[in-house]
Amino acid sequence: MIELRDIRKSFGANHVLRGVNLTVPAGESMVIIGGSGTGKSVLLKCILGLVPPDGGQILIDGLYVEKSDREAFLARFGMLFQGGALFDSLPVWQNVAFRLLRGHSRRPRAEAREIAIEKLRRVGLKPEVADLYPAELSGGMQKRVGLARAIAAEPEIIFFDEPTTGLDPIMAGVINELIREIVSEMGATAITITHDMSSVRAIADRVAMLHEGIIQWTGPIEELDTTPDPYVQQFIHGRAEGPIPAVR
Amino acid sequence: MTALLTPLGMAGRMVLAALAAIGRMAMFAANGVVHIFRPPWYPGEFLNALIQIGWLSLPVVGLTALFTGGALALQIYAGGARFSAESVVPSIVAIGMVRELGPVLGGLMVAARVASSIAAEIGTMKVTEQIDALVTLSTHPMKYLTAPRLVAATLAVPVLVAVGDSIGILGGYLVGVNRLGFNPATYLANTREFLELSDVVSGLWKGAAFGFIVALSGCFHGMNSGRGAQGVGRATKSAVVAASVMILAANYVLTEVFFSA
Ligand SMILES: Nc1ncnc2c1ncn2[C@@H]1O[C@H](COP(=O)(O)OP(=O)(O)O)[C@@H](O)[C@H]1O
Ligand SMILES: [Mg+2]
Repeated sequence: MIELRDIRKSFGANHVLRGVNLTVPAGESMVIIGGSGTGKSVLLKCILGLVPPDGGQILIDGLYVEKSDREAFLARFGMLFQGGALFDSLPVWQNVAFRLLRGHSRRPRAEAREIAIEKLRRVGLKPEVADLYPAELSGGMQKRVGLARAIAAEPEIIFFDEPTTGLDPIMAGVINELIREIVSEMGATAITITHDMSSVRAIADRVAMLHEGIIQWTGPIEELDTTPDPYVQQFIHGRAEGPIPAVR
Repeated sequence: MTALLTPLGMAGRMVLAALAAIGRMAMFAANGVVHIFRPPWYPGEFLNALIQIGWLSLPVVGLTALFTGGALALQIYAGGARFSAESVVPSIVAIGMVRELGPVLGGLMVAARVASSIAAEIGTMKVTEQIDALVTLSTHPMKYLTAPRLVAATLAVPVLVAVGDSIGILGGYLVGVNRLGFNPATYLANTREFLELSDVVSGLWKGAAFGFIVALSGCFHGMNSGRGAQGVGRATKSAVVAASVMILAANYVLTEVFFSA
Protein backbone atom coordinates (compact mmCIF):
# COMPACT_ATOMS: atom_id res chain seq x y z
CA MET A 1 0.00 0.00 0.00
CA ILE A 2 1.20 3.49 -0.85
CA GLU A 3 -0.06 6.40 1.19
CA LEU A 4 0.68 10.04 0.45
CA ARG A 5 -0.06 12.65 3.08
CA ASP A 6 0.01 16.34 2.24
CA ILE A 7 2.87 16.16 -0.28
CA ARG A 8 4.14 19.60 -1.29
CA LYS A 9 6.69 20.59 -3.90
CA SER A 10 7.63 23.93 -5.45
CA PHE A 11 10.23 24.88 -8.03
CA GLY A 12 10.93 28.49 -7.11
CA ALA A 13 7.63 30.36 -7.50
CA ASN A 14 6.07 27.44 -9.35
CA HIS A 15 3.99 25.65 -6.69
CA VAL A 16 3.50 22.33 -8.42
CA LEU A 17 2.16 20.13 -5.60
CA ARG A 18 0.15 21.89 -2.89
CA GLY A 19 -0.78 19.08 -0.53
CA VAL A 20 -1.48 15.83 -2.30
CA ASN A 21 -3.33 13.15 -0.32
CA LEU A 22 -3.74 9.78 -1.97
CA THR A 23 -3.96 6.14 -0.94
CA VAL A 24 -3.21 3.29 -3.33
CA PRO A 25 -4.25 -0.07 -1.82
CA ALA A 26 -1.94 -3.05 -2.38
CA GLY A 27 -2.62 -5.02 -5.56
CA GLU A 28 -4.71 -2.25 -7.09
CA SER A 29 -4.26 -0.22 -10.20
CA MET A 30 -4.48 3.54 -9.63
CA VAL A 31 -4.61 5.83 -12.63
CA ILE A 32 -3.75 9.49 -12.23
CA ILE A 33 -5.22 11.84 -14.82
CA GLY A 34 -4.75 15.58 -15.19
CA GLY A 35 -3.67 18.24 -17.68
CA SER A 36 -0.10 18.30 -18.87
CA GLY A 37 2.21 20.25 -16.59
CA THR A 38 0.07 19.70 -13.50
CA GLY A 39 2.84 17.78 -11.74
CA LYS A 40 1.93 14.16 -12.30
CA SER A 41 5.50 13.13 -13.16
CA VAL A 42 6.85 15.20 -10.28
CA LEU A 43 4.48 13.37 -7.92
CA LEU A 44 5.87 9.97 -8.96
CA LYS A 45 9.42 11.27 -8.56
CA CYS A 46 8.61 12.51 -5.06
CA ILE A 47 7.46 9.02 -4.07
CA LEU A 48 10.74 7.62 -5.40
CA GLY A 49 12.89 10.24 -3.71
CA LEU A 50 14.25 11.37 -7.08
CA VAL A 51 12.79 14.79 -6.31
CA PRO A 52 12.81 15.64 -2.60
CA PRO A 53 9.35 16.84 -1.54
CA ASP A 54 9.24 20.13 0.40
CA GLY A 55 6.79 18.66 2.88
CA GLY A 56 4.45 15.80 3.65
CA GLN A 57 4.79 12.11 4.36
CA ILE A 58 5.04 9.01 2.23
CA LEU A 59 4.13 5.64 3.71
CA ILE A 60 4.76 2.33 2.00
CA ASP A 61 3.03 -0.65 3.60
CA GLY A 62 2.33 1.52 6.61
CA LEU A 63 5.96 2.54 7.16
CA TYR A 64 7.45 5.97 6.62
CA VAL A 65 9.87 5.91 3.73
CA GLU A 66 13.23 7.06 5.00
CA LYS A 67 16.43 7.17 3.03
CA SER A 68 17.66 3.90 4.53
CA ASP A 69 14.85 1.64 3.38
CA ARG A 70 14.40 3.30 0.03
CA GLU A 71 16.84 0.70 -1.30
CA ALA A 72 14.69 -2.14 -0.10
CA PHE A 73 11.70 -0.43 -1.65
CA LEU A 74 13.45 0.06 -5.01
CA ALA A 75 14.54 -3.59 -5.08
CA ARG A 76 10.91 -4.59 -5.67
CA PHE A 77 10.05 -1.66 -7.86
CA GLY A 78 9.90 -0.90 -11.59
CA MET A 79 9.20 2.25 -13.52
CA LEU A 80 8.48 3.28 -17.08
CA PHE A 81 9.63 6.87 -17.65
CA GLN A 82 7.67 9.31 -19.75
CA GLY A 83 10.57 9.66 -22.22
CA GLY A 84 11.64 6.01 -22.02
CA ALA A 85 14.98 6.92 -20.37
CA LEU A 86 16.79 4.00 -22.01
CA PHE A 87 20.56 3.79 -21.59
CA ASP A 88 21.81 4.67 -25.03
CA SER A 89 25.23 3.14 -24.44
CA LEU A 90 23.70 -0.32 -24.08
CA PRO A 91 21.91 -2.51 -26.64
CA VAL A 92 18.20 -3.05 -26.15
CA TRP A 93 18.43 -6.45 -24.47
CA GLN A 94 20.96 -5.20 -21.91
CA ASN A 95 18.63 -2.32 -21.14
CA VAL A 96 15.78 -4.73 -20.48
CA ALA A 97 17.99 -7.11 -18.48
CA PHE A 98 19.79 -4.29 -16.62
CA ARG A 99 18.80 -5.52 -13.17
CA LEU A 100 19.43 -9.16 -14.12
CA LEU A 101 23.02 -8.44 -15.17
CA ARG A 102 24.09 -6.61 -12.01
CA GLY A 103 23.84 -6.51 -8.27
CA HIS A 104 21.72 -8.72 -6.08
CA SER A 105 19.37 -10.24 -8.64
CA ARG A 106 22.23 -11.18 -10.96
CA ARG A 107 21.74 -14.12 -13.38
CA PRO A 108 23.93 -15.82 -15.97
CA ARG A 109 24.21 -13.75 -19.15
CA ALA A 110 22.46 -16.24 -21.44
CA GLU A 111 19.55 -16.58 -19.04
CA ALA A 112 19.24 -12.80 -18.64
CA ARG A 113 19.18 -12.44 -22.41
CA GLU A 114 16.45 -15.04 -22.73
CA ILE A 115 14.31 -13.28 -20.15
CA ALA A 116 14.89 -9.98 -21.95
CA ILE A 117 13.75 -11.41 -25.27
CA GLU A 118 10.67 -12.90 -23.62
CA LYS A 119 9.78 -9.52 -22.07
CA LEU A 120 10.33 -7.81 -25.42
CA ARG A 121 7.89 -10.24 -26.98
CA ARG A 122 5.33 -9.40 -24.31
CA VAL A 123 5.45 -5.72 -25.28
CA GLY A 124 5.09 -6.64 -28.97
CA LEU A 125 8.73 -6.41 -30.08
CA LYS A 126 10.51 -9.01 -32.19
CA PRO A 127 13.71 -10.72 -30.99
CA GLU A 128 15.67 -8.93 -33.74
CA VAL A 129 15.24 -5.71 -31.80
CA ALA A 130 17.31 -7.12 -28.92
CA ASP A 131 20.68 -6.30 -30.45
CA LEU A 132 19.83 -2.82 -31.73
CA TYR A 133 20.72 0.32 -29.80
CA PRO A 134 17.94 2.57 -28.43
CA ALA A 135 18.86 5.37 -30.86
CA GLU A 136 17.97 3.05 -33.75
CA LEU A 137 14.36 2.64 -32.56
CA SER A 138 11.29 4.81 -33.08
CA GLY A 139 9.83 6.66 -30.11
CA GLY A 140 7.03 4.16 -29.68
CA MET A 141 9.45 1.24 -29.77
CA GLN A 142 11.66 2.93 -27.18
CA LYS A 143 8.65 3.32 -24.95
CA ARG A 144 7.89 -0.38 -25.20
CA VAL A 145 11.50 -1.29 -24.44
CA GLY A 146 11.20 0.96 -21.38
CA LEU A 147 8.09 -0.95 -20.40
CA ALA A 148 9.88 -4.29 -20.86
CA ARG A 149 12.70 -3.03 -18.64
CA ALA A 150 10.23 -1.92 -15.97
CA ILE A 151 8.65 -5.39 -15.73
CA ALA A 152 11.79 -7.49 -16.34
CA ALA A 153 12.51 -8.28 -12.69
CA GLU A 154 8.83 -8.90 -11.87
CA PRO A 155 8.40 -5.98 -9.48
CA GLU A 156 5.67 -5.74 -6.87
CA ILE A 157 5.16 -2.00 -7.33
CA ILE A 158 5.17 -0.43 -10.78
CA PHE A 159 4.80 3.14 -12.01
CA PHE A 160 3.94 3.84 -15.63
CA ASP A 161 4.35 7.42 -16.82
CA GLU A 162 2.21 7.85 -19.95
CA PRO A 163 2.69 4.29 -21.25
CA THR A 164 0.61 4.74 -24.42
CA THR A 165 1.55 8.28 -25.47
CA GLY A 166 3.11 8.12 -28.93
CA LEU A 167 1.84 4.62 -29.74
CA ASP A 168 -0.59 3.70 -32.52
CA PRO A 169 -4.06 2.64 -31.30
CA ILE A 170 -3.41 -1.08 -31.77
CA MET A 171 -0.13 -1.00 -29.86
CA ALA A 172 -1.80 1.14 -27.19
CA GLY A 173 -4.41 -1.60 -26.84
CA VAL A 174 -1.69 -4.25 -26.47
CA ILE A 175 0.05 -2.21 -23.77
CA ASN A 176 -3.18 -1.51 -21.88
CA GLU A 177 -3.94 -5.20 -21.81
CA LEU A 178 -0.41 -5.99 -20.67
CA ILE A 179 -0.61 -3.53 -17.78
CA ARG A 180 -3.96 -4.95 -16.75
CA GLU A 181 -2.43 -8.45 -16.85
CA ILE A 182 0.56 -7.47 -14.75
CA VAL A 183 -1.70 -6.10 -12.06
CA SER A 184 -4.18 -8.99 -12.00
CA GLU A 185 -1.72 -11.87 -12.56
CA MET A 186 1.35 -10.74 -10.67
CA GLY A 187 -0.73 -8.95 -8.06
CA ALA A 188 1.37 -5.83 -8.47
CA THR A 189 0.44 -2.43 -7.16
CA ALA A 190 0.46 0.04 -10.04
CA ILE A 191 0.26 3.78 -10.50
CA THR A 192 -0.27 4.85 -14.10
CA ILE A 193 -0.27 8.38 -15.46
CA THR A 194 -2.21 8.88 -18.65
CA HIS A 195 -4.24 11.34 -20.72
CA ASP A 196 -5.72 8.57 -22.80
CA MET A 197 -9.29 7.85 -21.68
CA SER A 198 -9.36 4.40 -23.33
CA SER A 199 -6.27 3.57 -21.27
CA VAL A 200 -7.98 4.77 -18.12
CA ARG A 201 -10.95 2.50 -18.72
CA ALA A 202 -8.74 -0.48 -19.59
CA ILE A 203 -6.27 -0.17 -16.72
CA ALA A 204 -7.86 1.49 -13.72
CA ASP A 205 -9.34 0.08 -10.56
CA ARG A 206 -9.35 3.58 -9.14
CA VAL A 207 -8.88 6.98 -10.71
CA ALA A 208 -7.48 10.18 -9.21
CA MET A 209 -7.50 13.55 -10.87
CA LEU A 210 -4.67 15.97 -10.15
CA HIS A 211 -5.46 19.61 -10.67
CA GLU A 212 -3.78 22.76 -9.30
CA GLY A 213 -1.54 20.79 -7.02
CA ILE A 214 -4.17 18.72 -5.22
CA ILE A 215 -6.18 15.59 -5.87
CA GLN A 216 -9.38 17.17 -7.16
CA TRP A 217 -11.34 13.93 -7.21
CA THR A 218 -10.66 10.25 -6.56
CA GLY A 219 -12.90 7.22 -6.77
CA PRO A 220 -13.41 3.79 -8.31
CA ILE A 221 -13.47 3.59 -12.10
CA GLU A 222 -17.22 2.82 -12.06
CA GLU A 223 -17.91 6.27 -10.64
CA LEU A 224 -15.82 8.14 -13.21
CA ASP A 225 -18.69 8.68 -15.62
CA THR A 226 -21.34 9.37 -13.02
CA THR A 227 -19.47 11.77 -10.76
CA PRO A 228 -20.88 15.29 -10.89
CA ASP A 229 -17.37 16.76 -10.37
CA PRO A 230 -17.10 19.46 -13.06
CA TYR A 231 -13.29 19.08 -13.40
CA VAL A 232 -13.56 15.35 -14.11
CA GLN A 233 -16.46 15.84 -16.50
CA GLN A 234 -14.59 18.49 -18.47
CA PHE A 235 -11.47 16.34 -18.63
CA ILE A 236 -13.01 13.04 -19.65
CA HIS A 237 -15.15 14.67 -22.33
CA GLY A 238 -12.32 16.87 -23.53
CA ARG A 239 -14.33 20.11 -23.44
CA ALA A 240 -12.60 23.43 -23.96
CA GLU A 241 -15.17 25.15 -21.68
CA GLY A 242 -15.30 24.43 -17.99
CA PRO A 243 -13.54 25.14 -14.70
CA ILE A 244 -10.13 24.08 -16.12
CA PRO A 245 -8.68 26.97 -18.14
CA ALA A 246 -7.52 26.11 -21.66
CA VAL A 247 -4.55 28.43 -21.37
CA ARG A 248 -2.16 27.19 -18.67
CA MET B 1 25.75 55.15 -1.83
CA THR B 2 23.95 52.00 -2.97
CA ALA B 3 25.19 52.67 -6.51
CA LEU B 4 28.74 52.68 -5.19
CA LEU B 5 28.24 49.50 -3.23
CA THR B 6 26.68 47.55 -6.10
CA PRO B 7 29.96 46.52 -7.79
CA LEU B 8 31.35 45.65 -4.37
CA GLY B 9 28.31 43.53 -3.62
CA MET B 10 28.60 41.86 -6.99
CA ALA B 11 32.27 41.02 -6.43
CA GLY B 12 31.38 39.65 -3.01
CA ARG B 13 28.60 37.54 -4.41
CA MET B 14 30.91 36.18 -7.10
CA VAL B 15 33.53 35.19 -4.54
CA LEU B 16 30.87 33.52 -2.41
CA ALA B 17 29.48 31.67 -5.41
CA ALA B 18 32.95 30.47 -6.39
CA LEU B 19 33.64 29.28 -2.84
CA ALA B 20 30.29 27.48 -2.75
CA ALA B 21 31.10 25.77 -6.06
CA ILE B 22 34.50 24.66 -4.76
CA GLY B 23 32.85 23.35 -1.61
CA ARG B 24 30.25 21.42 -3.57
CA MET B 25 32.90 19.90 -5.82
CA ALA B 26 34.99 18.90 -2.80
CA MET B 27 31.98 17.18 -1.23
CA PHE B 28 31.28 15.47 -4.53
CA ALA B 29 34.91 14.30 -4.68
CA ALA B 30 34.81 12.92 -1.13
CA ASN B 31 31.54 11.16 -1.90
CA GLY B 32 33.01 9.72 -5.10
CA VAL B 33 36.08 8.40 -3.30
CA VAL B 34 33.93 6.73 -0.65
CA HIS B 35 31.98 4.94 -3.39
CA ILE B 36 35.21 3.69 -4.96
CA PHE B 37 35.83 1.56 -1.88
CA ARG B 38 32.29 0.29 -1.31
CA PRO B 39 30.74 -2.55 -3.31
CA PRO B 40 29.04 -3.22 -5.63
CA TRP B 41 31.74 -2.53 -8.21
CA TYR B 42 31.17 -2.35 -11.94
CA PRO B 43 34.23 -3.82 -13.72
CA GLY B 44 32.62 -3.46 -17.15
CA GLU B 45 32.16 0.27 -16.66
CA PHE B 46 35.73 0.55 -15.36
CA LEU B 47 37.23 -1.18 -18.40
CA ASN B 48 35.14 0.92 -20.72
CA ALA B 49 36.33 4.09 -18.98
CA LEU B 50 39.93 2.89 -19.13
CA ILE B 51 39.67 2.48 -22.90
CA GLN B 52 37.91 5.81 -23.40
CA ILE B 53 40.22 7.80 -21.16
CA GLY B 54 43.54 6.02 -21.62
CA TRP B 55 43.80 4.13 -24.87
CA LEU B 56 41.85 6.55 -27.06
CA SER B 57 43.78 9.57 -25.70
CA LEU B 58 47.13 8.11 -26.75
CA PRO B 59 47.26 9.69 -30.23
CA VAL B 60 46.45 13.20 -29.10
CA VAL B 61 48.81 13.06 -26.11
CA GLY B 62 51.58 11.50 -28.23
CA LEU B 63 51.35 14.11 -30.99
CA THR B 64 51.29 16.96 -28.48
CA ALA B 65 54.41 15.59 -26.81
CA LEU B 66 56.24 15.00 -30.08
CA PHE B 67 55.85 18.59 -31.30
CA THR B 68 56.51 20.05 -27.87
CA GLY B 69 59.74 18.07 -27.49
CA GLY B 70 60.94 19.27 -30.88
CA ALA B 71 60.10 22.92 -30.20
CA LEU B 72 61.68 22.69 -26.76
CA ALA B 73 64.98 21.49 -28.26
CA LEU B 74 65.06 24.47 -30.63
CA GLN B 75 64.21 27.00 -27.89
CA ILE B 76 66.77 25.68 -25.46
CA TYR B 77 69.39 25.61 -28.18
CA ALA B 78 68.62 29.25 -29.04
CA GLY B 79 68.73 30.26 -25.37
CA GLY B 80 71.77 28.13 -24.56
CA ALA B 81 73.74 29.57 -27.50
CA ARG B 82 73.73 32.99 -25.77
CA PHE B 83 76.13 31.73 -23.13
CA SER B 84 77.75 28.93 -25.15
CA ALA B 85 75.80 26.20 -23.37
CA GLU B 86 74.26 24.45 -26.37
CA SER B 87 75.26 21.10 -24.90
CA VAL B 88 72.57 21.33 -22.21
CA VAL B 89 69.85 20.73 -24.80
CA PRO B 90 69.41 16.95 -24.23
CA SER B 91 69.24 17.13 -20.44
CA ILE B 92 67.01 20.23 -20.27
CA VAL B 93 64.64 18.77 -22.84
CA ALA B 94 64.37 15.59 -20.80
CA ILE B 95 63.98 17.33 -17.44
CA GLY B 96 61.55 19.92 -18.77
CA MET B 97 59.46 17.31 -20.48
CA VAL B 98 59.36 14.84 -17.61
CA ARG B 99 58.89 17.24 -14.72
CA GLU B 100 56.64 19.84 -16.29
CA LEU B 101 55.50 19.76 -19.87
CA GLY B 102 54.63 16.07 -20.15
CA PRO B 103 52.18 16.07 -17.25
CA VAL B 104 50.79 19.59 -17.81
CA LEU B 105 50.24 19.36 -21.54
CA GLY B 106 49.09 15.75 -21.27
CA GLY B 107 46.69 16.76 -18.50
CA LEU B 108 45.32 19.70 -20.48
CA MET B 109 44.82 17.61 -23.60
CA VAL B 110 43.03 14.96 -21.57
CA ALA B 111 40.95 17.71 -19.96
CA ALA B 112 39.87 18.92 -23.40
CA ARG B 113 39.13 15.45 -24.68
CA VAL B 114 37.86 13.57 -21.66
CA ALA B 115 36.34 16.10 -19.22
CA SER B 116 34.16 17.36 -22.06
CA SER B 117 33.00 13.93 -23.19
CA ILE B 118 32.29 12.75 -19.64
CA ALA B 119 30.29 15.90 -18.87
CA ALA B 120 28.35 15.70 -22.13
CA GLU B 121 27.57 12.02 -21.67
CA ILE B 122 26.52 12.22 -18.03
CA GLY B 123 24.74 15.54 -18.62
CA THR B 124 22.70 14.00 -21.42
CA MET B 125 21.91 11.06 -19.19
CA LYS B 126 20.70 13.52 -16.56
CA VAL B 127 18.40 15.50 -18.86
CA THR B 128 16.95 12.38 -20.50
CA GLU B 129 16.17 10.88 -17.06
CA GLN B 130 18.67 8.03 -17.51
CA ILE B 131 20.19 8.88 -14.12
CA ASP B 132 16.74 8.67 -12.53
CA ALA B 133 16.24 5.35 -14.32
CA LEU B 134 19.52 4.06 -12.81
CA VAL B 135 18.21 4.83 -9.34
CA THR B 136 14.93 3.01 -9.98
CA LEU B 137 16.99 0.00 -11.12
CA SER B 138 18.73 -0.08 -7.73
CA THR B 139 21.99 1.23 -9.17
CA HIS B 140 23.75 4.12 -7.46
CA PRO B 141 24.81 6.69 -10.08
CA MET B 142 27.92 7.62 -8.08
CA LYS B 143 29.03 3.99 -8.02
CA TYR B 144 28.06 3.19 -11.58
CA LEU B 145 29.13 6.38 -13.34
CA THR B 146 31.51 8.40 -11.16
CA ALA B 147 33.63 5.84 -9.30
CA PRO B 148 34.80 3.87 -12.38
CA ARG B 149 35.74 7.07 -14.23
CA LEU B 150 37.64 8.50 -11.25
CA VAL B 151 39.70 5.32 -10.86
CA ALA B 152 40.28 4.85 -14.58
CA ALA B 153 41.47 8.42 -15.10
CA THR B 154 43.71 8.40 -12.02
CA LEU B 155 45.41 5.23 -13.28
CA ALA B 156 45.44 5.97 -17.00
CA VAL B 157 46.78 9.52 -17.07
CA PRO B 158 50.15 8.68 -15.41
CA VAL B 159 50.62 6.01 -18.09
CA LEU B 160 49.73 8.57 -20.75
CA VAL B 161 52.22 10.96 -19.17
CA ALA B 162 54.96 8.30 -19.25
CA VAL B 163 54.29 7.64 -22.92
CA GLY B 164 54.14 11.38 -23.60
CA ASP B 165 57.46 11.93 -21.79
CA SER B 166 59.16 9.32 -23.94
CA ILE B 167 57.72 10.67 -27.17
CA GLY B 168 58.62 14.23 -26.15
CA ILE B 169 62.21 13.22 -25.54
CA LEU B 170 62.14 11.44 -28.90
CA GLY B 171 60.93 14.68 -30.51
CA GLY B 172 63.80 16.56 -28.93
CA TYR B 173 66.22 13.88 -30.08
CA LEU B 174 64.99 14.00 -33.68
CA VAL B 175 65.35 17.77 -33.85
CA GLY B 176 68.64 17.72 -31.95
CA VAL B 177 70.23 15.14 -34.22
CA ASN B 178 68.76 16.07 -37.58
CA ARG B 179 68.47 19.82 -37.29
CA LEU B 180 70.99 20.94 -34.67
CA GLY B 181 73.78 18.52 -35.52
CA PHE B 182 74.06 16.66 -32.23
CA ASN B 183 75.85 13.33 -32.24
CA PRO B 184 73.14 10.66 -31.65
CA ALA B 185 75.13 8.72 -29.07
CA THR B 186 76.12 11.85 -27.15
CA TYR B 187 72.52 13.12 -27.18
CA LEU B 188 71.25 9.91 -25.64
CA ALA B 189 74.07 9.71 -23.13
CA ASN B 190 73.41 13.28 -21.98
CA THR B 191 69.70 12.64 -21.71
CA ARG B 192 70.29 9.66 -19.49
CA GLU B 193 73.05 11.10 -17.35
CA PHE B 194 71.24 14.07 -15.87
CA LEU B 195 67.74 12.65 -15.59
CA GLU B 196 66.89 11.37 -12.10
CA LEU B 197 64.27 8.89 -11.06
CA SER B 198 62.65 11.50 -8.85
CA ASP B 199 62.07 13.71 -11.91
CA VAL B 200 60.09 10.95 -13.56
CA VAL B 201 58.20 9.97 -10.42
CA SER B 202 57.15 13.53 -9.61
CA GLY B 203 55.74 13.87 -13.12
CA LEU B 204 53.77 10.65 -12.77
CA TRP B 205 52.25 11.80 -9.47
CA LYS B 206 51.18 14.97 -11.21
CA GLY B 207 49.61 12.85 -13.93
CA ALA B 208 47.59 10.89 -11.37
CA ALA B 209 46.37 14.10 -9.74
CA PHE B 210 45.43 15.63 -13.09
CA GLY B 211 43.60 12.48 -14.14
CA PHE B 212 41.53 12.61 -10.96
CA ILE B 213 40.78 16.29 -11.57
CA VAL B 214 39.65 15.65 -15.14
CA ALA B 215 37.25 12.84 -14.24
CA LEU B 216 36.00 14.73 -11.18
CA SER B 217 35.23 17.87 -13.16
CA GLY B 218 33.53 15.91 -15.95
CA CYS B 219 31.36 13.88 -13.58
CA PHE B 220 30.52 16.80 -11.28
CA HIS B 221 29.40 19.13 -14.06
CA GLY B 222 27.58 16.34 -15.89
CA MET B 223 25.64 15.29 -12.78
CA ASN B 224 24.74 18.92 -12.06
CA SER B 225 23.81 19.71 -15.65
CA GLY B 226 20.90 22.10 -16.21
CA ARG B 227 17.83 21.09 -18.21
CA GLY B 228 17.82 20.68 -21.99
CA ALA B 229 20.51 20.89 -24.64
CA GLN B 230 21.58 24.28 -23.31
CA GLY B 231 22.16 22.83 -19.86
CA VAL B 232 24.38 20.08 -21.27
CA GLY B 233 26.31 22.61 -23.37
CA ARG B 234 26.98 24.72 -20.30
CA ALA B 235 27.98 21.70 -18.23
CA THR B 236 30.48 20.63 -20.90
CA LYS B 237 32.06 24.06 -21.12
CA SER B 238 32.31 24.39 -17.34
CA ALA B 239 33.84 20.93 -17.06
CA VAL B 240 36.71 21.77 -19.43
CA VAL B 241 37.34 25.24 -17.99
CA ALA B 242 37.27 24.02 -14.39
CA ALA B 243 39.48 21.02 -15.14
CA SER B 244 42.07 23.15 -16.97
CA VAL B 245 42.26 25.81 -14.26
CA MET B 246 42.41 23.21 -11.50
CA ILE B 247 45.18 21.32 -13.34
CA LEU B 248 47.31 24.46 -13.61
CA ALA B 249 46.68 25.39 -9.98
CA ALA B 250 47.40 21.85 -8.77
CA ASN B 251 50.51 21.80 -10.93
CA TYR B 252 51.91 24.78 -9.09
CA VAL B 253 51.07 23.33 -5.69
CA LEU B 254 52.58 19.93 -6.54
CA THR B 255 55.69 21.48 -8.06
CA GLU B 256 56.13 23.46 -4.83
CA VAL B 257 55.76 20.24 -2.83
CA PHE B 258 58.30 18.29 -4.90
CA PHE B 259 60.64 21.32 -4.97
CA SER B 260 60.73 21.49 -1.18
CA ALA B 261 60.99 17.74 -0.69
N1 LIG C 1 13.50 19.63 -12.24
C1 LIG C 1 12.61 20.61 -12.40
N2 LIG C 1 12.97 21.89 -12.20
C2 LIG C 1 12.08 22.89 -12.34
N3 LIG C 1 10.80 22.72 -12.67
C3 LIG C 1 10.37 21.47 -12.90
C4 LIG C 1 11.24 20.35 -12.76
N4 LIG C 1 10.55 19.23 -13.04
C5 LIG C 1 9.30 19.63 -13.32
N5 LIG C 1 9.18 20.98 -13.23
C6 LIG C 1 7.95 21.75 -13.45
O1 LIG C 1 6.90 21.15 -12.73
C7 LIG C 1 5.69 21.22 -13.46
C8 LIG C 1 5.05 19.85 -13.57
O2 LIG C 1 5.84 19.02 -14.40
P1 LIG C 1 5.46 17.50 -14.70
O3 LIG C 1 5.27 16.77 -13.43
O4 LIG C 1 6.49 16.98 -15.63
O5 LIG C 1 4.06 17.64 -15.47
P2 LIG C 1 3.13 16.47 -15.98
O6 LIG C 1 1.90 16.52 -15.14
O7 LIG C 1 2.82 16.80 -17.41
O8 LIG C 1 3.88 15.18 -15.85
C9 LIG C 1 6.01 21.86 -14.79
O9 LIG C 1 5.62 23.21 -14.72
C10 LIG C 1 7.50 21.74 -14.90
O10 LIG C 1 8.03 22.82 -15.60
MG1 LIG D 1 4.67 13.98 -17.13
